[in-house]
Amino acid sequence: MSIWTVLILAVGTFAIRYAGPMLRDRIVIAKRTEEFLNRAATVVLVALVVTSAIVVDGEWAGWALPAGVLVGGILAWRKASLAVVVIAAAATTALLRLAGIA
Amino acid sequence: MFARLAALVGRDLLRDTLAYSIGIAVAGASFAALATAQGLPWWVTMAMSLLVYAGTAQFAAIGVAAAGGGPAAIVMTGLILNLRHLPYGMAVGHLYWDRWWTRLLGTHNLLDTTAAFALAEGDDLRRARIAYWTTGVGNAVAWTIGNVVGIAAGGQIGDPAALGLDAALPAIVLALVLPSLRDRSTLLAALTGAAIALAASPFLPAGIPVLLALAGLVFALPRKESDMDETSASRTGESGADEGDVEEAER
Repeated sequence: MSIWTVLILAVGTFAIRYAGPMLRDRIVIAKRTEEFLNRAATVVLVALVVTSAIVVDGEWAGWALPAGVLVGGILAWRKASLAVVVIAAAATTALLRLAGIA
Repeated sequence: MFARLAALVGRDLLRDTLAYSIGIAVAGASFAALATAQGLPWWVTMAMSLLVYAGTAQFAAIGVAAAGGGPAAIVMTGLILNLRHLPYGMAVGHLYWDRWWTRLLGTHNLLDTTAAFALAEGDDLRRARIAYWTTGVGNAVAWTIGNVVGIAAGGQIGDPAALGLDAALPAIVLALVLPSLRDRSTLLAALTGAAIALAASPFLPAGIPVLLALAGLVFALPRKESDMDETSASRTGESGADEGDVEEAER
C-alpha cells in the first residue's frame, strides 16, 4: 500500500465526516428532526454492534465473540461501569477462545 | 490539575474515557504491528493512523492489501466502511460546528465511539460537547501511543483476538446506546435495523448493511401530531417544510 492510497483514503474519509454536519445544517429545522437524526445514528450504532458481533468477513463469527459482547451488554444493562463492561466482554471472549470455543 | 479536570469533565466520564482508551491503545498496537508485519513502512502506518484515523477501515484496508487487492479496492473498501460516519455527523455535528478549527478537529474526531459517548448524554448539549471532546482526546492519545508501540514491537505482538479485543469495542458502543433504547420506537427501529443489517451482511460489502439498517426508522418517523397534541395553537407555527409532512400523509 503506497502513501498515495493512504492519502486518498484519508481525504475521502474526511469528506464523509464533513458531509454529515453540512447536511444537518440544511435539514434541521425542528426538535423532532433532531430527535430523528439521533435515532438514526443510534440505529446505525446498534446495527454495527450486532453485525460486528455476529458476522466476521461475511461469515458466522463463532460463539466466543457474540458471547463476550452479550456479557458486556448485560452488565451495562445492570448499570455496571464501562471499565467492568470492557474487561468482562474481552475476558469472556478470550477465555472461551482459550477453552477452544471459537 | 487532576482535581480541576475531574471537576470540569466529571469523574465518571474520566473513568469511562480511561477504560475506553486502554482498549483503543491495544487496538492501535495490534493494527500497527499487523501493518508492520505486512511490510508497510513505519511512516506510512503512522500517516494512515493519524490521517485516516478510522480503525475499522484501516484494519480492512490492510486486510484487502494482504489479500492482493490494489489501491482502488483498498480505497473503496475503506470508504464504504466509513460511510456510516455520515449519519453520525448529522446527529452530533452541531456539537463542534462553531469555529473553523473546532469544525476541523471535530470532523476528524468523529468516530463510532465519540458519537456514541456524545449521544449518551441525551439533551444536555454542554455534557454532550464535553463527552465528545474528552473521549476524542483519550482516543487520539491512546491510538497514537498504541501505534508507536505496535510499530516498535512489530511481529512480536500476539493475535489481538486472543485478548478478546474484538468483543470489547462493540460492548462499549452497546453500553452507550442502551439508555436510548428505553424509548420504544427507537428500540423497535434499532431491532428491525439490526435484523436487516444481519440478513444483508453475508451478501454485501461491510459498511453497507449498517446503512440499510436505517430502513428500521420507518417505525420511528418524526410525527407532527405527537409533538403538538398538547398545544394545538402552535400547529401553524411549526408546519414548516419537513419530510414529516410527506410521511405523515402516508399514514
